[in-house]
Amino acid sequence: MKTKLEVKNLCYSYHTLEGETQALADITFDVKDGEFFAIVGPSGCGKSTLLSLLCGLIEPESGQILIDGTVREKSHTAMGYMLQKDHLFEWRTIFSNVALGLEIQNRLDEEAKGELLGMLDTYGLSQFRDAKPSQLSGGMRQRAALIRTLALKPDILLLDEPFSALDYQTRLEVCDDISTIIRTRKKTAILITHDLSEAISVADRILVLSSRPGRVKSVLPVPFAQEYDRPLLRRNAPEFSSYFNQLWKELKTHD
Amino acid sequence: MTEPSLSQQKFLAQEQRHKVQVRVCRVMLLVLFLALWELCAELDLIDSFIFSSPSKIWACFVKMSKDKTVFLHLGVTLLETLVSFLLVAVIGVGAAVALWASRGLSQVLEPYLVMLNSLPKSALAPLLIVWLGNNMRTIIVAAVSVAVFGSILTLHTGFMQTDPDKIRLIRSLGGTKRDVLTKVLIPSSVPLIVSNMKVNVGLCLVGVIIGEFLSAKAGLGYLIIYASQVFKMDLLVMSIVILCILSTVLYQVIAELEKRFL
Repeated sequence: MKTKLEVKNLCYSYHTLEGETQALADITFDVKDGEFFAIVGPSGCGKSTLLSLLCGLIEPESGQILIDGTVREKSHTAMGYMLQKDHLFEWRTIFSNVALGLEIQNRLDEEAKGELLGMLDTYGLSQFRDAKPSQLSGGMRQRAALIRTLALKPDILLLDEPFSALDYQTRLEVCDDISTIIRTRKKTAILITHDLSEAISVADRILVLSSRPGRVKSVLPVPFAQEYDRPLLRRNAPEFSSYFNQLWKELKTHD
Repeated sequence: MTEPSLSQQKFLAQEQRHKVQVRVCRVMLLVLFLALWELCAELDLIDSFIFSSPSKIWACFVKMSKDKTVFLHLGVTLLETLVSFLLVAVIGVGAAVALWASRGLSQVLEPYLVMLNSLPKSALAPLLIVWLGNNMRTIIVAAVSVAVFGSILTLHTGFMQTDPDKIRLIRSLGGTKRDVLTKVLIPSSVPLIVSNMKVNVGLCLVGVIIGEFLSAKAGLGYLIIYASQVFKMDLLVMSIVILCILSTVLYQVIAELEKRFL
């Protein structure tokens, strides 16, 4: 499989008047095309910083990000970013919320509107197109947020703990739901989480970051048999707990 | 729908009775106050030349309604208040957006805005008369100066508290600062802007009256000053009563708009 994203020797520090805080040190990894890649690590290890760098919201101090072999600034590959909360705007209807990205990029023509309606239909939100976000359940809101991201047809999806604001039961369902949608659409996805079992249940490979400054501790492949193809099923697979223990140990060891 | 339970009915009846009681007491308080005032004036317990009386105020109002002069003065004050209010709304939002857009600008201007905001604006009025002349322009500028600095500071503080994650969202969708402004900042600040308007309309009225005290040929403020100089206490108190009603009505109009659109 071909490599979609390469990160080479990435470093980043935050500067304040009180001093400099190194957030990421010498991060190197790659993600294959169509792969579901998870990044776990203790809180404050720079996970969100890493996503902001990948998305281009901030510039790295040193190191390179290559997408399909070209540097990020020159690449035309679209990145989709999902944040911790859905951030649907209460003053907009669901339809105009999911159309936000297209509207900003001046791409909201009749064809795009048709596609959006199709997506709302596919993901069971068509009857809510004129509803306000507060009328939707947590799971449906997260779906709407996903449609908003997918509407820009991103090749790579960056997921910044997109389920962490939900209660546990909803979280399992939404995680199952969203990751299945992403897999069927064959998108490359990078998920950031501090929930180890969530990472194991959705990812193909898991990168473990150390605490601040974040360094790559290891990259752990988590292959499952074909019949365990959904996150909820994976949680029942025999391999699940051994992967969990492996990951747990990896996070615990101090180097 | 099923019939509400007995205890629920009892609770609702109790709440209803309380509401009626409050309303009756409100009206009674006013009636009692007016009756007592009238009575004291009639019995010469107070000097009605100095303290006036409800019946004299009413007579004054009726007389001035007939020759329409009261509506002229009311209209002038209302016009000045509305014009200055609109100016404050436009300048306030515009300046607050400019300060939000430029960190440097807001840091440079902050001490000056704080100073201008805490300055008693009535001190400016005599200066404005010299600069702008004895006319309506002076009154409007005085009214704007009373409300505008506080409005800028309040709106700017509110704008700075916009959820940083919502800004991140717009940026991750490829949006610029302009998109952040039009898609997040302004729509999410509508409640703040409206509540600020409720404060502004009252402050504008204060400014208009200050201005009319010093430089006017018409308006409720002019009436008050004129009446006090010629010792027409009925006219003076009537003007104050009309001012009370005007300020309440203006406030309620904005409150009603808020209820309808938010």
